[in-house]
Amino acid sequence: MSAINNHPLLLLHEIEPLLPDNASHIRDRIVSSIYQHAEEISSQVVSNENTWRNSLEFKLDNILTSRWCGFPIMILLLTLILWITISGANYPSQLLALGLFKLEGYLLHLMTAAAAPAWLTGVLILGMYRSLAWVVSVMLPPMAIFFPLFTLLEDLGYLPRVAFNMDNLFRRAGAHGKQCLTMCMGFGCNAAGVTSCRIIDSPRERLIAILTNTFSVCNGRFPTLIALATIFMGTMFSRAYSSIVAALVVASLIMIGIFTSLLVSSLLSRTLLRGIASFFVLELPPFRKPQLGQILIRSLLDRTLFVLWRAVVIAAPAGALTWILANSWIGDSTIFAYMAAFLDPLGKIMGMDGIILIAFLLGLPANEIVLPILIMGYLSAGHILELDSLNALGKLLLDHGWTWITALCVMLFSLLHFPCGTTIYTIFKETKSMRWTLLATLLPLALGILVTIIVSQTAQLLL
Amino acid sequence: MVKAAFLPGPIMNHQPERNNFVIALAGNPNVGKSTVFNRLTGLNQHTGNWPGKTVLKAEGTFSYRNHRYKLVDLPGTYSLYANSADEQTARDFICFSRPDVTLVVCDATCLERNLNLVLQILEITDRVVVCVNLLDEAKRKSIHVNIDQLASELGIPVIGTTARNGGGLLELKNTLHDMVSGKIVTQPRQVTYDQELENLISKLENRLAPWLPEGINSRWVALRILERDFTILEHIMINRKPEKFPLQIIQEGIALCLQ
Repeated sequence: MSAINNHPLLLLHEIEPLLPDNASHIRDRIVSSIYQHAEEISSQVVSNENTWRNSLEFKLDNILTSRWCGFPIMILLLTLILWITISGANYPSQLLALGLFKLEGYLLHLMTAAAAPAWLTGVLILGMYRSLAWVVSVMLPPMAIFFPLFTLLEDLGYLPRVAFNMDNLFRRAGAHGKQCLTMCMGFGCNAAGVTSCRIIDSPRERLIAILTNTFSVCNGRFPTLIALATIFMGTMFSRAYSSIVAALVVASLIMIGIFTSLLVSSLLSRTLLRGIASFFVLELPPFRKPQLGQILIRSLLDRTLFVLWRAVVIAAPAGALTWILANSWIGDSTIFAYMAAFLDPLGKIMGMDGIILIAFLLGLPANEIVLPILIMGYLSAGHILELDSLNALGKLLLDHGWTWITALCVMLFSLLHFPCGTTIYTIFKETKSMRWTLLATLLPLALGILVTIIVSQTAQLLL
Repeated sequence: MVKAAFLPGPIMNHQPERNNFVIALAGNPNVGKSTVFNRLTGLNQHTGNWPGKTVLKAEGTFSYRNHRYKLVDLPGTYSLYANSADEQTARDFICFSRPDVTLVVCDATCLERNLNLVLQILEITDRVVVCVNLLDEAKRKSIHVNIDQLASELGIPVIGTTARNGGGLLELKNTLHDMVSGKIVTQPRQVTYDQELENLISKLENRLAPWLPEGINSRWVALRILERDFTILEHIMINRKPEKFPLQIIQEGIALCLQ
């Protein structure tokens, strides 16, 4: 045993306290000296008859990645995309909802004509079909607009510039610069984001990236955020500004997510996962002319339909389950009502209610179905309502005592709660550790509970 | 063969009759390194894994003017800071296996970025030849590289190539031949750091030098220690007997020079 303790490799770590504190600065100084030399030599031996295109790209890069313009341009582009999505998705969403719920009427007639038992009609139409209809009408139009726009930015070569801008922040948080890329991946799907953390070689930094990936708002949560922001934040202003306000709200939530990601990374790298950040070279590829046909095909087939299919597959059984829970009576109350009553006190402290918390719990398989379950929960609680548009949804929520504070808390909790089932499973597969998986699940949940309590209690005090 | 690769290379002057040489092929990713490798070795190549690493190792052989060369294709890297398995593999081979020549392939269209790696390799070894590849593409982008001036700036041989169609490869082989035959003496350019760093380096270097295995650049090891990269020391201690490398003395040395 003592032989192992005396192994010289262990003694190495005793050198560390002897070194100057600013070790990372030393690496920076070494690297910058080498770069300076390389630049000096290069400027002497390379002559470039600067073509128009080269200098233009150079200038563009200088603006896009500059200290002052980089971040404002990023936020501006993000808001612009969200604004186009929100204002463009409104109308097709209503059309789809109208058509699908008209179909629901026909289907109900059909079931009655076939003399189907009430429970079967309930499970199939009021449970499964209704949640499917909601998923399709609320999610499809925003996705069909958002994904092609995002793919367009990707194709232009803008994303590596974003990574370049963010690198410094991540490094200051003690994380790897590549975490920005895995974070971007997480905007598509957290499970994919967690898998993509393999590109980070250092185990410490990879764990940080995995643990914080859920703070990227994924596709499953975008539609919920967009719908709630449109209903509650948008309507607070005149019609002309409603979509831009909603876009700003969603953009700020994404920024809060990124900020949380940095904050938690920084906390982890100072406590559980201590160490210094390693550096990496990011090659900025040339800007390319986007291929519009490719973008449409890729984003519509690979992303929109893929995500929609996943949502549909999970929403159908979840819708059925919710209906069963809401219609199985024990004594004079349903199982759903019991659960809601049990969670209600906690929900109230967090600025929400029991049904919202159930929706998040039952939404564990996929974030896409939180909103449909929520609607089902409210509908089964007695209020029969034709839900044919976002306005009707707004009315339903208002009837259940929602205010903009409720909406804000739901949006914050959607941003900060446990990752979805697929992501948790992926985290377990990637870390092969129950403990890290548990931390990845409970850390965001604890943060979410804390943040919503603070927000709702502060709001109650002030208003 | 693996074992042989990690023994220090014999010193040329004492064995003029040698005709087997090892050449390491380094460079950034996407600079046509594999093209150069294929052009030089033809079909005489095989791939395997680096010992203990999941990094692919390609080796090939070729003969030229009565010399036999073993060409080892290192993983493509931007730097040698041991941030990744790739970088560490490349660095350890150049540092500890001590190839007779390290051939660094550069991309003429973005030479500046490639020079960072060249300068880092020159800190480890002076037996370096630079090959500026993709000259055809540079010409298309109206970029001109002054090869001769680059050679004198770096103090080592520099060859311009267009490996895709074999341009410049004969000159490259001749240079490698002259290099291993001892006909070329290099005077590699050294990067100088700011005064404070230089003071630390020279103090640390003096302390380290007596204990380092022969042929390992003490200035370079000092730099790595200063940035808290101990993988070099670990490597030396694993591959040599620990009692020959008394860490306490180094610790005291560091403590002394940092006071």
